[in-house]
Amino acid sequence: MSDHLDEVFVRGLVPQVVGVLVRRGADFAAAEDAVQDALVAALGTWPSDPPRDPKAWLITSAWRRFLDATRSAAARSTREGRAGAEPAAGYVPSHDDTLELYLRCAHPSLTPASAVALTLRAVGGLTTRQIAEAYLVPEATMAQRISRAKRTVGGVSLDEPGSLGTVLRVLYLVFNEGYSGDVDLSAEAIRLARRLHAATGHEEAAGLLALMLLHHARRPARTRPDGSLVPLAVQDRSRWRTDLIAEGVTILQSALARDRLGEYQAQAAIAALHGDARSTDETDWVQVVEWYDELIALSDSDLHRLNRAVALGEADGARAGLAALEPLDPQLPRYAAVAAHLHEKDGDLALAADLYVEAARQARNLPERDHLIREAARLRT
Amino acid sequence: MAKYLLLKHYRGAPAAVNDAPMDQWTPEEVSDHIRFMDDFAARLEETGEFVAGQALAPEGLWVRYDGEGRPPVTDGPFAETKDLIAGWMIVDVEDEARAIELAGELSAAPGAGGEPIHEWLEVRPFLEAPPTAVE
Repeated sequence: MSDHLDEVFVRGLVPQVVGVLVRRGADFAAAEDAVQDALVAALGTWPSDPPRDPKAWLITSAWRRFLDATRSAAARSTREGRAGAEPAAGYVPSHDDTLELYLRCAHPSLTPASAVALTLRAVGGLTTRQIAEAYLVPEATMAQRISRAKRTVGGVSLDEPGSLGTVLRVLYLVFNEGYSGDVDLSAEAIRLARRLHAATGHEEAAGLLALMLLHHARRPARTRPDGSLVPLAVQDRSRWRTDLIAEGVTILQSALARDRLGEYQAQAAIAALHGDARSTDETDWVQVVEWYDELIALSDSDLHRLNRAVALGEADGARAGLAALEPLDPQLPRYAAVAAHLHEKDGDLALAADLYVEAARQARNLPERDHLIREAARLRT
Repeated sequence: MAKYLLLKHYRGAPAAVNDAPMDQWTPEEVSDHIRFMDDFAARLEETGEFVAGQALAPEGLWVRYDGEGRPPVTDGPFAETKDLIAGWMIVDVEDEARAIELAGELSAAPGAGGEPIHEWLEVRPFLEAPPTAVE
């Protein structure tokens, strides 16, 4: 436990250990609690007293904790006049239950926030405290959110295992949280997406993994040291991680070759076109627009249409972009920012400045608001 | 999830339906009101939506910098016409609709005659961290 790699390694063991306890007959909620307790103990003792076999240590410790909890629950119910039952510890054939765990933790019956919290704990192997710090809520609140989520999915039968689509959405939500507390949630989401891709081989799992890698590759150039945003057009592209771009493109290409397009593959294709270009001028904007058309056909959303208008503004000129904006509702989040950008490109600087101010007023995050205020100030000085 | 600040005013909000000031309630009505607020916070802890809450004293001062080497200038107490915050609660909820629903429940806290106060609460969204993937 002397460096970061070791903690990631330990976290990687957590879903396997949960799987072992469940196969030995523990119910999911109790198994997950026992593994979390064992994990917290491991993080406390391993730095000074490392085990020879970390996985065996975790299994033994978690199983003992599970038995203790079951015995005291049984003792309670015996006192209440009912018989307690010892869980069976028999042999159950080993199989890859990684996917099963992902599906359970991101079950459609959960709210997105509950699914995120449960996935980070049971699949990601994060402690409740780490998750609470990442989401800036008290540890007690996060503990409640997780235990409610476990109650919700506790009764879910394995005949209705949920859907891969919600798992992908949950992982993408985690990815978008970025870096918060002492955990890099984007890196964590990539790790979980890698495992999901390995377990399923599904082309949309590949699409999501590629999309994350391609966005993550640009992270070093996206913010200045003071936290302010650097827009795509002026990013220092020499700071992009070419290794991640190459990996993302390779994964995407083999997914696309299977000819079962989905929304994550389409978004990854757009991100790949940006990753490929040495500048915004050299970006193949015509292809970007075509991919937005594909994306909108697969999954229509206002956000995709706004982004398409930006791409069209680059491919066919500002007027074309503004025309694409016309049918959309001006109250949409980021509409004013997109309109400001296109009007500036069209040469109407006064209107653009007013729209940047309007966009700043609507912004829901601080770096974006500050960026938009600076844009307005830039046009007015 | 999104964080919202629910703000309760001593002064400055539009008039509540049941507008009798707290010092004219019976002791039981005051106790009932406080219990309602405690229960509300406890229930939000249980749903995993509670972040923080705090009641504030009505006394306060305005303070400002008065130049290098000089003590800050103070003024106050607050003029009768100014907004006066009575307390706040921060919730972490799925969406704005849920924040509004919770503010509505909080506004139903019992006041004079054990009847809901129907007071106006201010609901303010946090400016959050930016998402990782934006074009």
